[in-house]
Amino acid sequence: MSAPFMSLRRCCQRSALLIVTRRPRSSSSVSPSHPPPLHTRLLLSLTQRFYDVEMLLSWRSQWRRKGIRKKNAYYGYTQRFYGSDLAAAYYVLNMKGAFRFVGQTEWYCPDKRGKFNWDFLNHRDTQLEEVNMNYTLINYTGLVNLEEQRSLRTLSVRGCSEVDDWFLARLHVLQDSLEELDISHCPHITTGGLAALRNLKGLRRLDVSSLPGISSPGLVIILLEEMLPQCQITATGYDLSLR
Amino acid sequence: MSTWRRLHVKVQTTRGLLTSRPVTQRHTWLKGHVLLCQSLSTGTPLRNDFFKDLEAQLAAMRKKAVDALPGSSWSALEINPNLPPERADIVIVGGGVVGWSIAYWLKQKERVRGEVKVVVVEKDMTYSQASTVLSAGGIRQQFSLPENIHLSMASADFMRNINEHLSVLHEDPVDLQFNQSGYLFLASEDVAHIMETNYSTQRDAGAKVALLSPTQLKEKFPWINTNGVALASYGLENEGWFDPWTLLNAFRRKAISMGVIQCCGEVTDFKHTTNMVMTADGEHLGLRRIHSVKVQMSNSLEYQPVECAIVVNAAGAFSGKLAEMLGIGLGPKDTIAGIPVPVEPRKRYIYVFHCPDGPGLDTPFLIDYSGVYFRREGLGGNYIAGTSPEEAEEPDTSNLEVDHQFFEDKIWPYLANRVPAFEKLKVTSAWAGFYDYNTFDQNGIIAATACSSPPAVGRAVAELILDGGFKTLDLNGLSFRRIMAEEPMLERNIV
Repeated sequence: MSAPFMSLRRCCQRSALLIVTRRPRSSSSVSPSHPPPLHTRLLLSLTQRFYDVEMLLSWRSQWRRKGIRKKNAYYGYTQRFYGSDLAAAYYVLNMKGAFRFVGQTEWYCPDKRGKFNWDFLNHRDTQLEEVNMNYTLINYTGLVNLEEQRSLRTLSVRGCSEVDDWFLARLHVLQDSLEELDISHCPHITTGGLAALRNLKGLRRLDVSSLPGISSPGLVIILLEEMLPQCQITATGYDLSLR
Repeated sequence: MSTWRRLHVKVQTTRGLLTSRPVTQRHTWLKGHVLLCQSLSTGTPLRNDFFKDLEAQLAAMRKKAVDALPGSSWSALEINPNLPPERADIVIVGGGVVGWSIAYWLKQKERVRGEVKVVVVEKDMTYSQASTVLSAGGIRQQFSLPENIHLSMASADFMRNINEHLSVLHEDPVDLQFNQSGYLFLASEDVAHIMETNYSTQRDAGAKVALLSPTQLKEKFPWINTNGVALASYGLENEGWFDPWTLLNAFRRKAISMGVIQCCGEVTDFKHTTNMVMTADGEHLGLRRIHSVKVQMSNSLEYQPVECAIVVNAAGAFSGKLAEMLGIGLGPKDTIAGIPVPVEPRKRYIYVFHCPDGPGLDTPFLIDYSGVYFRREGLGGNYIAGTSPEEAEEPDTSNLEVDHQFFEDKIWPYLANRVPAFEKLKVTSAWAGFYDYNTFDQNGIIAATACSSPPAVGRAVAELILDGGFKTLDLNGLSFRRIMAEEPMLERNIV
C-alpha cells in the first residue's frame, strides 16, 4: 500500500524541480510509541518539502488561536456602558456558559444554538454567585472579565481544553469568596498548577477528577488534602491500585 | 520482490541441508584428519560464500551508482560536516538559554525568510558547566528595579504562551513543568523599609505581590518559625520555577527549524581592523571593527574562520574571558578601551536534601534575609537549598567540586532555624554551578551578558540588532553605558 508513496518520495528526492528545501528538522529524536496515521505522515512529508504547505498549516493553527483569543477578549465596551457585573454576565453567556445572580434562584443559560434571554440586563449591579463554564473555551485572558466578581462562590470549568496552570494561578483574585471549584477533565492541568490553589483558603469543595496531566494522582491528592485542610476533595476516575 | 527473496532463502537452506550430511560423515570417519578435511573441502560451502559476497558487492555497486547520479550528497572532497559556514551575518557565542533565545528572536523578527544568517557556537554540547542547566530555574517579579520587573513579566507572558511561540509542526508540545508556587522573601527589622519601597515599585509596575505580617505568615505557612521576621513579601501570580533544560531545548528546536545553524566549537580568536577616528574633543580614537571569528573544533586542530557582521557575547559566566580575547579592558586605564567587561564566574553550590516531615505542596521558593534559600523539588519530600557566600569567602572557580562542609556550616543552621522540621534532614545530592557575577553592580548588562529572564532578554537583544533600539521594553538603563559612566544600578533584591 505504501509502495506507490515510496516511489513518489524517491521521485521527489531525485528531481531538483520539485525540491524547495530540505532544512534540518528538529534536534529531538523522540520516536512515538506508534507511528502517526497515514494522512499525518503525508502532511508532514509535504511540510518538510514545500514552504506553501508549511505556511498553510501554520496559518491554520494561528487562525484557531486567534479565534480563542477573540472570544476571551476584554469586554471593555460592555463594562463601560453596563457595568462590570453585566459585562461578566454577558461574557459568560457568550461563551455558552451559565450563571446565577446573587440572591436569585434562576439560572441564565443559552440554548443549544447559543441564543439566550436578554432579561439579565434588568439586574444591573448584581454580582454573580455561581458560574458554570463546563466544556467552554475559557482561558487565562478570559478571567479578566470575572475578576471584579468578589462574591463568586462557585466556579465550574469542567472539561475546558484551554484551562491550564496559569488559569489556576490567576484564580487568586477570587481567593476570599470562592468556595467550590470544579476542574475535572481538563487536559492541560498539571501538578504545578494544583500548587497554585494554595491561595484559595476559603475553598470548601474541590473536584479534581480524571485529570490526565498529573503523573502520580494518589500522592498529589494526599498533598492537596494537606495543603487545603478545610476542603473536601473529590477525585474519581484514577487508577489508584498499587502496582 | 519478497517472493524472490523467500525462494532465494529456501534454495540456500536446501543447499545447506544437502551439504551438511557428507561433511559430518567425513568428520566421523577420518578422525585424525578432521581439520584437514574441513579446510580442504572446496565443495558447496565456498559456493555459499560466493553468492553472499556477490549480493554484498551488488549492493555496494548499486550504492555507488546512486551516489554518482545527480541529486545525491556525495562529494569527492571530504569536508568535516560539523564546521560552521564560512560566512554568517550574526555569530552568537554561547549556546545557553540566552544565546538560543537571541537566535530564536532574531529569526522571528526577520522580515524576509533567510534575511539573517545566524550561527550559534557552543563549546560544550554536554552542557556540563553551563549555568543554564545547573541553575535552580526560577522566575520572579520581586525586584527593586522596574526594568527587571518588566523583563520578568514579559518572560512570564512568554512562558505562558510558550506553545504559541515555540511549537514546531508535528512535534510534541513544550512542557516546562512550571510550578506556580511563588517566591517568599523574608525581611528582618533593619531591611523591612527596603522591602516596603520595593513592594510599591512592584505594584506600580503591575506585579501581583502581597505583603504579609508575621501573624499572617504563620497562618498561611504554619511550618515557618517567624522569629526575627518583620515583614514578608509573597508573589501571588506569575512566579515559580521550571525546568531550564526543557526551555533551552525548546528554543534550540524552534531556532533550528527556522534555519539557525548550530556549531560545536570554541571561539579562540577574532580578526579585526582598527580605524583611527577623531572625536569631537580632538583626541584620536581607534575604532575597532570585527571581521571574522575563529572557531576551533573540539578535540582537534581544525578551525574555521567565520566572517561575520555582528558577534553577540552570550557566553554567560565566561563572557569576561571572551571580551578579554577581543582586547576589551586591556587598554590604558581611564580610557574607554581600558574598561573591562565586569563579569566573572562565581561558583555556587546547590544541595538536594530529603526531609520526610517537611512542608508540602504549597512550599514557595523561600528566601531568608540571611541569604539562604530553598524550594520544593518533586513530590517526594525532596528540597533544594543554597546560599550566596560572603564576598571574602568566595570558593575558587577552577573546578565544579562541591564542598559539603559548606552546607553544614552555612546553610543547615539557618534552615533549621527558619523551618523547625528541617532539623532532621539528609543530604542526598549536590552540585555546583557558575553564576555570572557582574562585579560592577550585580545587574544584567544588555548587549554584553545574560541576566535572569532569558526570553525577554533575547527579544531585547534581537531588537537592538535588527531595529537599532529597544522597542517593547526600554532597557537603556541596563546597557553598557552605565559601566562607562561608572553609575551603578544597584538591585537590592538579589539572591
